[in-house]
Amino acid sequence: MAGTVVAVLRVGPKNETIGTPMKVLVCVKRVVDYNVKVRVKSDQTGVDVANVKMSMNPFDEIAVEEAMRLREASLATEIVAVSCGVSQCQETLRTALAIGADRAILVETDAELQPLAVAKLLAALVEREQPQLVILGKQAIDDDANQTGQMLAALRSMPQATFASRLRLADGWAEVTREVDGGLETISVRLPAVVTTDLRLNEPRYVTLPNIMKAKKKPLEIVSPAALGVDVAPRLKTVKVKEPPQRQAGIRVPDVATLVTKLRDEAKVIS
Amino acid sequence: MRALILAEHDNAALRAVTRNVVTAAVQAAGEADILVVGSGCAPVAQQAKAIAGVGKVFVADAPHFADALAENVAAQLVALAGKGYSHVLAPASSFGKNVLPRAAAQLDCAQISDAIAVIAPDTFARPIYAGNAIATVQCADPIVFVTVRPTSFAGAADGGSATVESVAAVADLGVSRFVGREIAKSDRPELAGAKVVVSGGRALGSAENFKLLERLAQRLNAALGASRAAVDAGYAPNDWQVGQTGKIVAPQLYIAVGISGAIQHLAGMKDSKVIVAINKDADAPIFQVADYGLVADLFQAVPELIEKLG
Repeated sequence: MAGTVVAVLRVGPKNETIGTPMKVLVCVKRVVDYNVKVRVKSDQTGVDVANVKMSMNPFDEIAVEEAMRLREASLATEIVAVSCGVSQCQETLRTALAIGADRAILVETDAELQPLAVAKLLAALVEREQPQLVILGKQAIDDDANQTGQMLAALRSMPQATFASRLRLADGWAEVTREVDGGLETISVRLPAVVTTDLRLNEPRYVTLPNIMKAKKKPLEIVSPAALGVDVAPRLKTVKVKEPPQRQAGIRVPDVATLVTKLRDEAKVIS
Repeated sequence: MRALILAEHDNAALRAVTRNVVTAAVQAAGEADILVVGSGCAPVAQQAKAIAGVGKVFVADAPHFADALAENVAAQLVALAGKGYSHVLAPASSFGKNVLPRAAAQLDCAQISDAIAVIAPDTFARPIYAGNAIATVQCADPIVFVTVRPTSFAGAADGGSATVESVAAVADLGVSRFVGREIAKSDRPELAGAKVVVSGGRALGSAENFKLLERLAQRLNAALGASRAAVDAGYAPNDWQVGQTGKIVAPQLYIAVGISGAIQHLAGMKDSKVIVAINKDADAPIFQVADYGLVADLFQAVPELIEKLG
């Protein structure tokens, strides 16, 4: 593939991997767009996603971008984008290809996919593709589960570095700074490893029209869960989905003095 | 039924969120044990055994558990979880979110993330789509793995006297190493558990201007928070971020200063008891959830507020 050749020939400051193939698998999910406020269906079976704008999960965009930066630094030689789900996930994969992934794989199914099932599908592809690094978003903004990367790492007995805000590769290890509750933590994990992205890892580039055109010609393979030997039957049953309790808007106060009086005498939350 | 809780701690002190998990675990399973995985973590076990409702405290103490690396902690949890537990729970914190799915997958179990209510022993409520919907989810696996949103459950108090038992430490997997930590030292209360939170948005304009909020926080003994926009702009550190993908808070009083109120931010704070919004844009969505809204320039209103609070 042309992109691979360019990466191998490029001589950068950190070109220690030249000659050593370094494949990166990035996983992308098609989700309801970040800006859409979803509505719960009246029969409480789920949220209404008909005719709603769909996009790549924002954390996964960061994952693709990070893979690109590794290749631009001559640290990665091939980027394979993977998605699991309905046929329309091809659009999400085309976006990943337009950002710069070399090829794509869709595990196509109309079945409901839960994180454990997705992790199993990805584990099967990791076994087939043997990447040195798998990068995923830390969570999808639809189910907010924050599980798939950790589960994939477990299933393949790979180390994990979740919630990454910085990634450096050296000597067969990845040094990752993680966003944790108290601040930042840096760990080092032996490759092959799984990294999940947090918001501050990078700022994804905009996709350009020429790259969208180029992406249409890049290979996109479609496989089925059965072909990978994975049972994707859901383990969790969604009994119902309802609206959250609505918070009533309160009052406008005219000035700071009134605010202080209200907080002190009415809400009794300050002394 | 019996639940196993993975304790969160820093080898010296049990983090309070573990107490919230005890409450959820007892609601779901009736009985609960705690596993402390650490290095030199005996003080943590002593604190855990005093929590009311806890049956046993298991301690796995070894040098390779010092920094809570997910691979080693998950392996230890798996070694114990398979011994007849109906539930395995951890807080939905950066620690619990990191370790628990790994352990669940090792036992071929699903996980329910960020539970906000126990409906039945195998059924929990959890927010999806940034809290714009609440799903009731039932688990069919032999062990129910759950991360628990701490702000949705009261913390279990002391009053118990559990037995403490050592368990054999699993071997160091040697696939990950701890390098370092940048944890901000602060006299302020911890954001996730604070009674008052003062949060700033992009309208603050600079890291320097956040010092204005520090003065207000000082007066109210509040924790400091921030919107994603403020963190992305570099005005505030990442661990201040409140929202869907940051911290979930539910203080008695939440003061949002210069925050417009994107749904992703509201997801992190709308369970606060009293919400105050100060914003010069009268149409900002934050006012739709605020109990008290003040349309004003924050650079005038906040100093005046500090002054009037005395």
